Amino acid sequence: MRVPLLRLAHSRSGDKGDTSNIGLIALRPEYYPLLVKYVTAERVKAHFAGICFGEVRRFELPNLGALNFLLQQALGGGGTISLRTDAQGKTLSPALLKMEIEISAREAGLLL
Amino acid sequence: MMPRIIRIANGQGFWGDSLEAPVQQVMGGPIDYLGLDYLAEVTMSIMQKQRSRDARLGYARDFIPLIERILATCVERNIKVIANAGGVNPSACRDAVVDVARELGLRGLKVATVSGDDILDRLDSLSSGGYPLSDLDSGRPISEIRDRIQSANVYFGAAPIAEALDRGAGIVITGRCTDTGLTLAPMIHEFGWPADDWNRLASGTVAGHIIECGAQCTGGNCQFEWESIERLEEIGYPIVEAREDGSFVVTKHAGTGGRVSLATVKEQLVYEIGDPAAYITPDCIADFTTIRLADAGRDRVEVSGVQGRPATDSFKVSVSYLAGYKAVGTLVYSWPDAYAKARMAAEVLRLRLDKLGLRFDEVLIEFVGVNACHGPLAPPPSPDLAEVQLRVGVRAGSKDPVERFTKEIAPLVLNGPPTVTGFAGGRPRVEEIVAYWPALLPKTQAAAIVEVIEVA
Repeated sequence: MRVPLLRLAHSRSGDKGDTSNIGLIALRPEYYPLLVKYVTAERVKAHFAGICFGEVRRFELPNLGALNFLLQQALGGGGTISLRTDAQGKTLSPALLKMEIEISAREAGLLL
Repeated sequence: MMPRIIRIANGQGFWGDSLEAPVQQVMGGPIDYLGLDYLAEVTMSIMQKQRSRDARLGYARDFIPLIERILATCVERNIKVIANAGGVNPSACRDAVVDVARELGLRGLKVATVSGDDILDRLDSLSSGGYPLSDLDSGRPISEIRDRIQSANVYFGAAPIAEALDRGAGIVITGRCTDTGLTLAPMIHEFGWPADDWNRLASGTVAGHIIECGAQCTGGNCQFEWESIERLEEIGYPIVEAREDGSFVVTKHAGTGGRVSLATVKEQLVYEIGDPAAYITPDCIADFTTIRLADAGRDRVEVSGVQGRPATDSFKVSVSYLAGYKAVGTLVYSWPDAYAKARMAAEVLRLRLDKLGLRFDEVLIEFVGVNACHGPLAPPPSPDLAEVQLRVGVRAGSKDPVERFTKEIAPLVLNGPPTVTGFAGGRPRVEEIVAYWPALLPKTQAAAIVEVIEVA
């Protein structure tokens, strides 16, 4: 079954230079293992093709049920150099929630 | 016995934040400290320019009318104010504050400055002395931008602010310092935490991170159940109730709008962090993976368990430099075929700029309403779209092509595709780009200067 991350998580994003940080937070504690299992750095990099031109790194915060992603070269130069409407990547967090993951029928049973 | 609690409020999350929030924090209920963040990364260069024109300027001028409004109440209720409003000229800011205090008859009030962060005049001696100040991200040497540098400042932490409080200051005005230091310093001062008590310093740093962006932890910009967050028009800014053991509660004044919940605090905790196990400040390294959150009632979240590690031996340095020019122009196209018209206009503009022989480092075309936020992730737009804004940005090392670009937008209203509007604001403005260069400097190479003066 394919589900968008919007059903599993909320998020917030910001910037450090040309790197975007996206925090992805499980809506319920039982969703966190699904995020860890399916929302890998590689998949996030593929999802942001055409937006992120550098490396994607992932960090785990099991205490918050959250993952933190760093997307390098994702802000058109970043800060004051970027010409983008969203030079600070504030809206990249919902862009991540558009990503769909394929989960098993048993895992789908966890969803509200 | 109830544990002793210190209430530390944030009233300003960034330069340009609500003018009313700090007043509400002082008047709306009990607090002991008010922290105010005025410095964005590019702010220092703007202030540097202001000071070069007038030696009495170069600080956050918004701070002075605010002080006029709140100072008498702060003194009466023993609320101490900590602000990085000093910019590149903390002593001028201090003098203006002292004038206000004198007019209000607040004799005996102590006003402190923390300076020494400005290393602009020392850049050459530092680089020739073996401190390269290379770009922290790319490793490029600072010589690449040397002749374009506008400002250079070390980020100090909580320690010099705590020293100012120890010396009796009721107002502490700093230059560049960490946002988290504004919150951690009162805890060090009140509880006497030693400089190597890494867990408690880390806990105070986490408190600082949670409240440093103002209402962004009290329901502002919150995605989780956003439509149910009430009365954003009178949103409460955050307050940390700090305890001696390092644990604390995040809350806001009773009766204010917004919300403090596990979700609002979590969203702020993951905001603008790198490796969560190593949140580095001049004071310590905080491990965000050790944070424990608990719901402590309505609009109350308790934070405990934070662990820290020894601070590094470097200060972060923020250098600003001129990086060329840019301009952004916009036009709005209406139904029918709004998107197709906007795309044709963009193509016409591109061909005209080519014909003029203008060279840019970058030309960016966005269609607001279609793809400006999510680029290639945006779905194809509806053919019935009511309107689309064409937004074209250009950037170049020299001013001329950018200036010429700004004169090519308006003509499209009469000589381009139809049903276009939205040019009442006139030609786009050419902006000089001030970019930001992060670097490191050993702590031995910069020392904070704390000065305390008493209002006579």
